[in-house]
Amino acid sequence: MRNAFIVRIAIVVVAVGLLELLCRLGVIPSFTMIPPSAMAQSLWSLLASGRFSHDIAATLANVGIAIVAAMLAGVALGTALQGWPAARRTLDPLFATYYAVPMYAFYPLLIVIFGMSDFPQIAIGFLLAVMAVIINTLNGLDRVPAVLLKTARVHGLGFVQEAFHVRLPYAAPYVFTGFKLAVAYSFIGVIGAEFITSSRGIGYEISFAYNNFDNPVMYAMILFILLLVITVNMSLHAWERRLLSRRRRA
Amino acid sequence: MKWRDPLILVFLIVILWQVLYALIGDVALRSPATTAHNLGTLLSDPRFLPHINETAIAFAQGFAIAVVVGLLIGVPLGAARFAGEVAEPILVALYSIPKVTLYPVILLIFGIGMPAKVAFGAIHGIVPISIFAMNAVRNINPTHLRTARVMRMSFLDLTLKILLPAALPEIATGIRVGFSLALIGTLLGEMFGSQRGLGHLLMQAMSLHNIERILALTLLLVVFAAGINALLLALDRRLHARA
Repeated sequence: MRNAFIVRIAIVVVAVGLLELLCRLGVIPSFTMIPPSAMAQSLWSLLASGRFSHDIAATLANVGIAIVAAMLAGVALGTALQGWPAARRTLDPLFATYYAVPMYAFYPLLIVIFGMSDFPQIAIGFLLAVMAVIINTLNGLDRVPAVLLKTARVHGLGFVQEAFHVRLPYAAPYVFTGFKLAVAYSFIGVIGAEFITSSRGIGYEISFAYNNFDNPVMYAMILFILLLVITVNMSLHAWERRLLSRRRRA
Repeated sequence: MKWRDPLILVFLIVILWQVLYALIGDVALRSPATTAHNLGTLLSDPRFLPHINETAIAFAQGFAIAVVVGLLIGVPLGAARFAGEVAEPILVALYSIPKVTLYPVILLIFGIGMPAKVAFGAIHGIVPISIFAMNAVRNINPTHLRTARVMRMSFLDLTLKILLPAALPEIATGIRVGFSLALIGTLLGEMFGSQRGLGHLLMQAMSLHNIERILALTLLLVVFAAGINALLLALDRRLHARA
């Protein structure tokens, strides 16, 4: 485990170092890519200047809204569907095909219906994220042992009470997997939508910089998104593993 | 029986669409029937076919590259346990980043046009295919491999009779996921880095506020993606049931 970690870090360091070298030697021309050290430097000065604080805040706020909405709606819908097998069976083909449908194709439609606001972006992030929460909530709820449900019935709990006191706490680690995916998908949805058309946000600034051949800004913001998303996802991944290992020990 | 639920579902979606249309009206929506008619007109328009062709060619190339490269990465990583352990978190991290972000880089490398679209479709598909292939090979029952060694199977026999049948179902799942993602990648690529193709038409229709066109294209893409996925899913389930 430790060894693999060290080798992994070494691979990343060597890859970044190689990229740096190729850029510095001019093998990769500077109008294609700037050296990683220059990206980091540019990012540092941009963050310090506060020039993109508004865009960063806008993107993060939209991602945050999409995540929270997807979590709430996903858990609610998952719980409801688990209690209504007929509806679940009918919707099953939808679950199986959902992620095959190119969600961004709905973005132009959303723009036409709702206009150029934050809402279409949030909607794309939400739509990508919510199904992961629903599917994982169902998966967790399906695993609740019958003995716990019998106990709940003996205590005379209603559907809502049973959901909050027995089913959902048991399913928590699986629901968490759904949350983790929801975070990743919300970022993908919102930032993708910003790229396609928007008037602010990190994705907008990157495509603006691209159109103006402003590589220092463009690569700095690309680096920012990648570092941000990888850090968030990796932390959630580590947290998830802790949750699951605790469940296994119990 | 098997076909009943999907049919009910499609029926429900059409009803929902019709209700939405009744609520929103012609300002921003068209009815399902009108849209189907518009799509028919669009499909019989000779000026439209080159765009479909463009997208189909870009997607086919991107998907083919994704399958080949994905398997070339995933299969060896599944066979070499330590290398797989090192690579897995890197692959997962690559899977979960918004790859759209890398689009300007792809454009700077390949320029606007076909190669950029193909590359963008490919990078979306490679990672899931390699992750699934890695797990497929890694999870082959070691007893089977030991039995093969005891029976002194040749490498060809080993590959054809043990490795392939054991890993195929998972690999098929990976290819199905990769298919969807490569399609999304290709369309995204067309949406902001192309003068042709369905993604480009969608963007053009959006800036012209052409609701008929947007709806017809969206319907076409959704039906195509869902249809192919349903076929691949059926194949996938058959492979898994046999294993």
